[in-house]
Amino acid sequence: MLSLLYLIPLLPLAGFVINGLLGKRFLPKWAISAVACGTVLLAFLLSLGAVFSLNNLDSVASVRGVLEVDPAAQRVTLTVAQWLAGGTGANGAVFTIPWGFTLDPLSAVMLLVVTGVGFLIHVYSVGYMAHEEGYWRYFAYLNLFMSMMLTLVLGSSFPVMFVGWEGVGLCSYLLIGFDYPKDSAADAGRKAFIVNRIGDMAFILAMSWIFASLGSLGFTQAMARVGKLAPSAAAGIGLLLFIGACGKSAQIPLYVWLPDAMAGPTPVSALIHAATMVTAGVYMVCRCSALYLQGPAALTVVAVVGALTALLAATMALRQNDIKKVLAYSTVSQLGYMFLAAGVGAFSAAIFHLMTHAFFKALLFLGSGSVIHAMSGEQDLRKMGGLKKFLGVTYPTFLIATLAIAGIPGLSGFFSKDEILWKALGHENRYGLGGTWFWIAGVAAAGLTTFYMFRLVFLAFFGEGRMDEETKHHIHESPKVMTIPLMVLAVLSVVGGWVGIPKSLSFGADLNRFEHFLAPVFEPAAAEEAHAAASLADGSMAGHEAGSGMGLEYLLMLATLGAVAVGFVLAYRFYRSRPEIPQRLAGRFPTLGNLLANKYYVDELYDAILVQPYWRLCDFLSAFDKKFIDGLVNAVGAFTEVCSQFIKLFQTGQVRRYALWFMLGAIALLWYLV
Amino acid sequence: MITSFLPLVAAVLFAIGAIGVLIRRNAIVILMCIELMLNAVNLTFASYAYELRSMAGHVFIFFVMTVAAAEAAVGLGIVIAVFRKRQSADVDDVNLMRW
Amino acid sequence: MLVINLIAFVAIFSALMVVFHRSPMVSVVFLIVNLVCIALFFLFLHAQFLFAIQIIVYAGAIMVLFVFVVMLLNLRKEEELLPGWRVQRALAYLGGPLLVGALWTALWRRGRSSEAFPGSFGSGFGTAEDIGQLLFNDYLFQFEAASVLLVVAMIGAVVLARRKES
Repeated sequence: MLSLLYLIPLLPLAGFVINGLLGKRFLPKWAISAVACGTVLLAFLLSLGAVFSLNNLDSVASVRGVLEVDPAAQRVTLTVAQWLAGGTGANGAVFTIPWGFTLDPLSAVMLLVVTGVGFLIHVYSVGYMAHEEGYWRYFAYLNLFMSMMLTLVLGSSFPVMFVGWEGVGLCSYLLIGFDYPKDSAADAGRKAFIVNRIGDMAFILAMSWIFASLGSLGFTQAMARVGKLAPSAAAGIGLLLFIGACGKSAQIPLYVWLPDAMAGPTPVSALIHAATMVTAGVYMVCRCSALYLQGPAALTVVAVVGALTALLAATMALRQNDIKKVLAYSTVSQLGYMFLAAGVGAFSAAIFHLMTHAFFKALLFLGSGSVIHAMSGEQDLRKMGGLKKFLGVTYPTFLIATLAIAGIPGLSGFFSKDEILWKALGHENRYGLGGTWFWIAGVAAAGLTTFYMFRLVFLAFFGEGRMDEETKHHIHESPKVMTIPLMVLAVLSVVGGWVGIPKSLSFGADLNRFEHFLAPVFEPAAAEEAHAAASLADGSMAGHEAGSGMGLEYLLMLATLGAVAVGFVLAYRFYRSRPEIPQRLAGRFPTLGNLLANKYYVDELYDAILVQPYWRLCDFLSAFDKKFIDGLVNAVGAFTEVCSQFIKLFQTGQVRRYALWFMLGAIALLWYLV
Repeated sequence: MITSFLPLVAAVLFAIGAIGVLIRRNAIVILMCIELMLNAVNLTFASYAYELRSMAGHVFIFFVMTVAAAEAAVGLGIVIAVFRKRQSADVDDVNLMRW
Repeated sequence: MLVINLIAFVAIFSALMVVFHRSPMVSVVFLIVNLVCIALFFLFLHAQFLFAIQIIVYAGAIMVLFVFVVMLLNLRKEEELLPGWRVQRALAYLGGPLLVGALWTALWRRGRSSEAFPGSFGSGFGTAEDIGQLLFNDYLFQFEAASVLLVVAMIGAVVLARRKES
């Protein structure tokens, strides 16, 4: 089973080829759907099989050069072929990159999330995109995306991961701009790709640095040698990698593409911009956890950026009127949580939140797609209302997802978010930024999250319908092919968190199976961090875990719940019982209102600082090319003409004159030779 | 002694012929100056053939004379043809091939 | 040797006359004198055959041709030597000595190396027989080419000088 690892990315790729080549003319719609969903389903099943085999690795034999099994680290590496073979670098390292896949607990989690949620979204798309002209194209791109994402997750070295990294960026561009005749979609696709590219450049720089200093680009080898790096070097590499992650996972300052990306079809937003692609940055940071722990300065930057993004994005979501844009900023905010977790060293908490977020965010997006479908394409919240009665499946599932993201106890989001907040507080930072600040930011963001999510729910599902008669007439629940994935995701949003129940809530029993599962990946590095931190802070970190820790943890959980409750109550008052309040507040604080509604004018700022000067530079260069370069070329021609005008004067037609030149030339030559 | 003196004489004759080609306007006189130059060359060849005791020099002179004869004949033919057209043997009158 | 110096003087003088005399007819006559001097030089240089050929072909045939043409074209009138071509004249007078200087320098540089070469003449040096041997054995191709050249020249001269049928 494990030797079939390569099939997991390969199957969706085959789906892409089939649908891409034959889909336009030769395949009926059901065939396209079958191929697309089937390949992903097979990939999911194969992933399940592979993950289960991880449990008894001792019985699997290694095959030299092809399959390497490391039971201690719970890791299997499959080498398919030699990909790049270069020469020897200055530091003696030989540059060869094999095309290989690594399966360990970290990639296992990602694998299951990507294929599982991906499969559900494929099924949903069958219904959502049923009337689309480019049906075959959509599924071809979607399959390509799955293939690239799986390559990213399974890659055994930085370059292989980078292939997937770039590939998902490409598919994001293709899928956002799926309706390319529409200007907003085409522009958004371009924006996404270009902003991503900035991050990718940093990624490439980081790769070069890694090879130069560590001598290898394979994850296993590179991470093993990370101890030799100076902390400043490790921090530098970590920062560069993190810039790449900012681009891909939409953190400050490279998040601007994500809200615009909502111009793409809703299932695309669900898959790419909620559950999978944007999480690639988090995955990458966790994959390089050893590197980051070697350079803690970078980790601090990661945590600060994450916390800031979480808070800021949450504020931006407060005044959005488009249902998908609210969810987009919510995604940016939740990604900030994940980076915050990674930044304080709680890598497994970050992955935990990644997983639960995939469930409820995908559900939220798909649910919003269902709402938009029912509203005949309308996305503005101000024109919705009272949909509760009509959407018998969408409403309950949407509500469950909202409860999950808010962090209501018992649901998945509660466990993952609280673990992050707990670990953040306990983090003793060397640079004076105490964990307290992180915790405050996280709790504030949690409160804001609750507020804007329930605002969305109240505006869309409750109250009087504010849409016109025509639309009201057409409201209907979505077909089963769309609602069944919603239900599955709802179940997952509820139970998904139960694998990570912390000690404090399990009455002593150690039920945090998630953390244990990921332990082989993060433990060796995390233990070092714990030792290092402990030696600096006199064991106060360890103190948090034991004894007084329990009481403090309960207290903090209550504080978070308090924030959540405040958010809910405010949302209820503003949008349910006294809907005139938002208007009044907007009237009393117009500046703040405008600032929030216009997302702090960040896009305009980027446009003024970066885009316009760039266009002016292009204009200048174009003019320069026309005038100077062309002028130079023309000048050569003109010069030739001038010379010829001069030289033709020699052709007088008088033979004696020619004879004179003859003679003088001959004399000169003779003198030269003599 | 002969062998160092005669080539010098030939050089002088050659230079005089060259000056003549440049200075005179009458086509026939120019052709005569060319003959002068050719003879100077012949003299040089003969001197060195004498010095190096090689008959190859004489053979060369033989061919130079042949060519000079042919060239004089054709050249004078051209002069006559031009004279018929323009009633003048002036070399400066033949100047149509200019820019 | 005095005779040679004398002949050299005559040769140079006649050459100057060829170039600088205004009447073409006189130039022709002086050229003939020059050619005879050259022929005498050939004699001194053991080139008997060439001496004969020079007189017969050059002075005899070619110069007669020149005389014919000068007479035919009736160029009695005096031509001005140089109307208005001052620069050309100056450069020519300048170039002449320069040319001589270059050639003399080349000759002096060559040095005297007659000692290095075989000192004795072959028995038939300069005779028709020797030249014939070379022409028909070593230089046969050039000989034949020269005859082709003469044929071409003959045709050319005839074509150029005939009257057009009107």
